[in-house]
Amino acid sequence: MSGLAKFAQREFGIGEKLWHFSWGLLVLLTLIAAVGIALLYSAADGSITPWAARQAARFVVGVLLLGIIALVDPRFWFRWAYVGYGGALGLLVLVELMGAIGMGAQRWIDLGIIQLQPSEIMKVAVVVALARYFHGVTPETAGNPFILTPPLLMVLMPVALVAKQPDLGTAVVLLAAGGAIFFLGGVRLWMFGVVIGAGAAAVPMVWGLLHDYQRRRVLTFLDPESDPLGAGYHTLQAKIALGSGGISGKGFLMGTQSHLNFIPEKQTDFIFTILAEEFGLIGSLTLLGLYLLVIAYGMVIALRSRNQFGRLLGLGLVTTFFLYVFINVGMVMGLLPIVGVPLPLISYGGTSMLTILAGFGLIIGVSINRNLILNKQGETVG
Amino acid sequence: MDNRDQDRIRDFSRRTLLMGAGQVGLFGALAARLYHLQVIHGQRYTTLAEENRINLRLLPPSRGRIFDRFGTLIATNQLNYRVLFTAEVSPDLGRTLDRLAQLIPLSEGDRARILREVKQRSGFVPITVREFLSWDEVARIEVNSLLLPGISIEVGERRDYPLGSDAAHVLGYVAAVSPQDLTGDPLLELPGFRIGKSGIERQFDLPMRGRAGASQLEVNSVGRVIRELERREGQPGRELVLTVDAELQRFAAKRLGEDSGAVVVIDVAKGEILALASQPAFEPNSFVSGIEASYWRELTRNERKPLNNKAIGGEFAPGSTFKMVVAMAALEAGIIDPDTTFFCKGKVTLGDAEFNCWRKGGHGPVSVVRGLRESCDVFFYVTAKRVGVDRIAEMARRLGFGDRVGIDMPGERPGLIPTMAWKKATQKESWALGETLIAGIGQGYITVTPLQLAVMAARLANGGHAIVPHICRDQADERTLKDREAVLPPKIGFTEKNLAVVLQGMAEVMQHRSGTAYRSRIAEVGKEMAGKTGTSQVRRITRSERATGVIANDKLEWHLRDHAVFVGFAPIAAPRYAIAVLVEHGGGGSTTAAPIAKDVMLKCLERDPIAHAPSAALATTTSTPRTEG
Repeated sequence: MSGLAKFAQREFGIGEKLWHFSWGLLVLLTLIAAVGIALLYSAADGSITPWAARQAARFVVGVLLLGIIALVDPRFWFRWAYVGYGGALGLLVLVELMGAIGMGAQRWIDLGIIQLQPSEIMKVAVVVALARYFHGVTPETAGNPFILTPPLLMVLMPVALVAKQPDLGTAVVLLAAGGAIFFLGGVRLWMFGVVIGAGAAAVPMVWGLLHDYQRRRVLTFLDPESDPLGAGYHTLQAKIALGSGGISGKGFLMGTQSHLNFIPEKQTDFIFTILAEEFGLIGSLTLLGLYLLVIAYGMVIALRSRNQFGRLLGLGLVTTFFLYVFINVGMVMGLLPIVGVPLPLISYGGTSMLTILAGFGLIIGVSINRNLILNKQGETVG
Repeated sequence: MDNRDQDRIRDFSRRTLLMGAGQVGLFGALAARLYHLQVIHGQRYTTLAEENRINLRLLPPSRGRIFDRFGTLIATNQLNYRVLFTAEVSPDLGRTLDRLAQLIPLSEGDRARILREVKQRSGFVPITVREFLSWDEVARIEVNSLLLPGISIEVGERRDYPLGSDAAHVLGYVAAVSPQDLTGDPLLELPGFRIGKSGIERQFDLPMRGRAGASQLEVNSVGRVIRELERREGQPGRELVLTVDAELQRFAAKRLGEDSGAVVVIDVAKGEILALASQPAFEPNSFVSGIEASYWRELTRNERKPLNNKAIGGEFAPGSTFKMVVAMAALEAGIIDPDTTFFCKGKVTLGDAEFNCWRKGGHGPVSVVRGLRESCDVFFYVTAKRVGVDRIAEMARRLGFGDRVGIDMPGERPGLIPTMAWKKATQKESWALGETLIAGIGQGYITVTPLQLAVMAARLANGGHAIVPHICRDQADERTLKDREAVLPPKIGFTEKNLAVVLQGMAEVMQHRSGTAYRSRIAEVGKEMAGKTGTSQVRRITRSERATGVIANDKLEWHLRDHAVFVGFAPIAAPRYAIAVLVEHGGGGSTTAAPIAKDVMLKCLERDPIAHAPSAALATTTSTPRTEG
């Protein structure tokens, strides 16, 4: 026991950290990103411009970011969790204000080199902050409403800001990821029942707050074929693309639906249709399998962590990742309303790629430091 | 590690497992949905995807051309060069059009229409700027194509009628499809597609249209063509050979000139129409590209009705040309024989009504041959009275009057041959005997078409065979061209002797010094012509007018003047062609119609490929001219 504790106490050198680095996970992520680059190549009718090459460059930058984050001591993240969250929230408010001042509805801040999407940063920041908060929550206190109010606000404030942008997809992801951490943090199951019940009761009220186009999307999701040339067009064309792929697909670069522009946003939210059309059921299931492996890998890392912060952080981030995949693929297939969530590591987009890889950097950091035991204050216990 | 922490870890692991199971379950749902879409409904979506991307475009077939009997093209397809403008290629529409306007005439109206169409359609859909460019204009545009972004030239086909207005009523014209022409055939909905609206173009429109080809095009979601996947060429329409002789047709039309009237030339043995002119006519080429309002107004307001085909659709009183019918009816009924004579003292009285002969002093004793030759009205008043209107009507029908003769052209009219029963049924009045007398000189209720007159002349001249006129030559005709006798239709059943008497009368009309058309005779041996003049009155001449002197035709307004009529055939010895000429309000048959008939017949005989021997029989019998009246 003491040997183990001693081992836990020891600070790792850079070599040891690299030795404990989750190389398998990185390989899986690279495979998925490679699929994404291939699909972007196809989306551009067999050209590395304008998407595939830039996406590959972003992946390289993202992997470097992942490496740096993974090598940082988790206690650093623990310490800066609330500050980071506050910063992200501040950025969200800033975007909101910029919109209000008259620059139009905007989701991003232009930094010159990259366009920063605060909502993407918030997806990671809220998980880190909640992980830190629930790290200090014991099973006894987990039922105390006063204890649960601050984290609830921590979730609802960004959800409200993002939903107002309006970015329904991110709001849903934030809400669901927050819920997952509450669940894993030990909150009683009946409390979830109450919240879900209240939420259901609030549906009519939320309906009233939705934008017209959001309502239309929900309605056409319920019956896409009612308006095949109007709002249901995207859903229907996406289903045609998927269905026409069959078991083995039409072959790489041979998809007609995407190449002839029947699919809108084919390089971003609807990129899954290219895969399904050109590689069929086999290709689609292969990609879902890769995602499942990544999720399982992340869960194992979280379960093997000896501190609650690491466990919650790992699972919260993996769950966020899962939600991305599920909502995106579900909406492309017509199982969910179209809410604008990218397919992680595959959809064209810089911020999303970087935040996802940064998130995996944190997960790998948890893995490297799995034997670290932290007290309530986030300090190493002897 | 204390127990509390152990519990916490156990609880955490349990919940993690639960959540992991939930996530695997949801992925399972995605997989199931994929299976549902891609395997169970894969076929359906594959079909939908194909429909999405494939656009079937029709390729309009070439319209069948039309030839005359000698192989001259009389309706053809010419290349139609169109300037098209594709908006998405051009950065500045206004400047491109300005430059184009320097090369080809472009009206303000054209410009407005182009700007409107550009706004209405997608940028990649070509818009027609102007059609029917001349070769010069095409060259000017091609040379300057670099300065004209978005402008391209496309070649289509347009119908062209080399004879212009001279064959307008025979060929008719093609024009844009109007809403009531739509039958659901997608070909008809192609922009620029044209169908036959009158004449032969209308009669044989379907076979001449041909079958459309199709091109399968791959298009993207906004309809832009990506590439052609498959192309099935269409079948051009059937080519027609008409029995018409283009040169003779043109000659007949020109000979009528500005007169309002019709000329029909028919082959007496086969019923082939060699010329069918109706004047004034219209310019069919101006209908092809969409007729201008001012020209249309001019056509519809003209009192001489250029849009009506008078040769088959004009109904006129035949006047004295009807006398052959009366003569045949009387001879066949045995009421008169060649030697029967009636005395003409200038008029006949019936009750207190007077029926005048055109010659005031009278003809004296008149036989049937002389009656025809000099067109004695009194002879035919008396004859008609004795034969009765119903027997005249029966003979008229046998010679082709009273109903459509069935030419293969649209717009034929039946004319009218009255009978006692007809009058009872339509006028609710009994037939009056005076009306029989009037019918005897081809006036009153009787109306005929120029085509029917030509058919009558042909049926008399060919020895009484019931030929039916036609204008489109079919395969059967080609086969029997060598074997002329075999195609003669059944005989009507005239007694040869009686027919010879009537033909003798017709021959003397032109060959005898006292014949009404002697001045228009053909002197050339072997081409002698027989005929009959007619002058049909369109107004009633009152007794007081007759007393003070009938007003001369040229003093009357045009629409009150007499119609000039002539029927004939040639050569007398071996008849080959029959002719009918009608000049509306043209005055006398002998002065106006006969000279036209002579000229056209001479032209026709000159163009006859079969040479014939000089006549012997009929022509020589009229060698003793007498002077009369």
